[in-house]
Amino acid sequence: MTMAEDFAIASSEPLAAGRDRGFAVGAWRSIAILALIAAAVALPFTLSNYHVFELTQVMIYAIAVLGLNILTGYNGQISLGHGGFFAAGAYTAAILMHRYGVPYWATLPPAALVCFALGVLFGLPALRFEGPYLALVTLAMAVATPQLLKYFDTWTGGQQGINLIKVQAPAVLGIGRDRWLYLVVLVVLLVSMRVAANMLHGRTGRALVAIRDHPIAAAAMGIDVARYKTLAFGTSSLFTGVAGALSAIVIGFVAPESFTLFLSLSFLVGSAVGGIATISGAIVGGFFIEFVPNIANDISDAAPWAIYGLTMLLFMYVMPRGVVGSLAGLVQRLQPRRLAAGEDQKHK
Amino acid sequence: MHELLQQIFSGLAAGAVYASLALALVMIYRATDLVNFAQGEMAMFSTYVAWMLVNAGLPFWAAFALTLAVSFLGGMTIERIVIRPVENAPVLAAVVVTIGLLLIFNALAGWLFTYTLQEFPSPFPDRTLFGALMTTRDLGVIGVTLAMLLLLFLFFRFTATGLAMRAAAQNPESARLCGIPVGRMLAIGWGLAAAIGAVAGIMVAPVLFLDPNMMGGVLLYAFTGALLGGITSPVGAVVGGLIVGVTENLVGAYLIASQLKLTVALALIVLVLVFRPNGLFGAAIVRRV
Repeated sequence: MTMAEDFAIASSEPLAAGRDRGFAVGAWRSIAILALIAAAVALPFTLSNYHVFELTQVMIYAIAVLGLNILTGYNGQISLGHGGFFAAGAYTAAILMHRYGVPYWATLPPAALVCFALGVLFGLPALRFEGPYLALVTLAMAVATPQLLKYFDTWTGGQQGINLIKVQAPAVLGIGRDRWLYLVVLVVLLVSMRVAANMLHGRTGRALVAIRDHPIAAAAMGIDVARYKTLAFGTSSLFTGVAGALSAIVIGFVAPESFTLFLSLSFLVGSAVGGIATISGAIVGGFFIEFVPNIANDISDAAPWAIYGLTMLLFMYVMPRGVVGSLAGLVQRLQPRRLAAGEDQKHK
Repeated sequence: MHELLQQIFSGLAAGAVYASLALALVMIYRATDLVNFAQGEMAMFSTYVAWMLVNAGLPFWAAFALTLAVSFLGGMTIERIVIRPVENAPVLAAVVVTIGLLLIFNALAGWLFTYTLQEFPSPFPDRTLFGALMTTRDLGVIGVTLAMLLLLFLFFRFTATGLAMRAAAQNPESARLCGIPVGRMLAIGWGLAAAIGAVAGIMVAPVLFLDPNMMGGVLLYAFTGALLGGITSPVGAVVGGLIVGVTENLVGAYLIASQLKLTVALALIVLVLVFRPNGLFGAAIVRRV
């Protein structure tokens, strides 16, 4: 055997093995994901209505956090004001339903459009703001949101907000309102995650990450920085706005005091906890936002804020990539070692 | 005319408070390239310290001095423990950490002192001056701010520590090579900023009443002032803060409902950043790539 052949075998075999393994891993992954989805569909039928409602909230927050992850995690534009876009989506849905009698499911596309447009409009001046400045502007936006909602009271109902008609499940299905809304939100969440994955794992995602990591190098490689940054802002706002619309539909009520700075910061904490540049981390974040402040509220009025603050510090120091990011990192660190071990055995 | 002048003077008094907090923000930005979102809540906490001391029976100015000392030490400690680990981290980590600090201070104050409004004594008598054009309180607040500015100027211009701090902020590597303990200088910078913030809190508390959310709006105006003046310029911060104070008062009095005051701040921030990102006095930031 010549050296060249030897080399060819040595290098091709692990590759082929890797490809086989890749296929197997891919197949297992699909099966696992399908099983998870099946479990998520079955879950509400085993729980009380209240728990189903809580889980619906978790998924709504997850969609909102996913929106923030696209902007802050993948594109590096810091937003402390996503509660504003959430409010925009919620009020779009509420006004359409309340004033114009639009059915609840038909409010989602207009809410998405309105929030996309708002995001792009906000993203245009944001092109000129770097890092902390953008954080500052969006912080101001978060603080101003409840005031603006109260001020335009002919549309928003001012301080009292808008009460919506309770959405009912289609009679054919014979399931209660909570379970039906859970399933609706679940479908929106799955579609959102799929869309986000397609966008972020392709050309657009690479462009967004390149802009985050080195804007000048990205521009030099021919990436239209302004276009992608604005696009990221619009898309991110779209996701969060859809979440807001869902929240208005599920809760059946909107009022300015639900959209304070605390909500915006909740999204940021959820994002940091789940993993800021991940897609599935958004679900972890959703669980955190829904359950942790509730538990903390039992301790004292001030406790939710304190826990948010401490969690932020803790995650930045100990686990800057969040729960999902750290797990992915761990898996990645283990994998090449296994491959290397396989190669060693072959050479003996 | 008389009313307009009145509005301008009370705007200047509010502006002096914004200017102090803006100055604290600029100090930290110059020293560590960080925007400290917790500056307002740190100031609020310092004000509670002063409130406790006054309630314990200390004369006002003694409590004032003691609070500044406590705040200075507190600021240094925070820099050492909380900020040092993220000094060279990406912007996002730094922003999240200072936001975390904001939440912790807010919650801590709410837990220790409750969320009820507290009255805070003013050191200045409540009289009107110059034919009711302004009150002694306004004059006192402006005077304290100007005195603080003068002291800071003297400190940075004429003391060895001031010089070392400027060097450490401008060029940490070279400063370190000259034997300047850069880390300690940054900590002193945070301490000074915390003390300046405490002054702002103590000056504004008699007007706004003391509660854990007192500084939320003030911080936003201070940010606006700092950006308007140019976030790298201490003089700019003071001028910007005063302009914001007067604008806020006039806009609130003549143009729109006062419930949209914070929205005005948002609009101002966006306008400044879009049309004059370096502010009135700030240096253009040039980066080498």
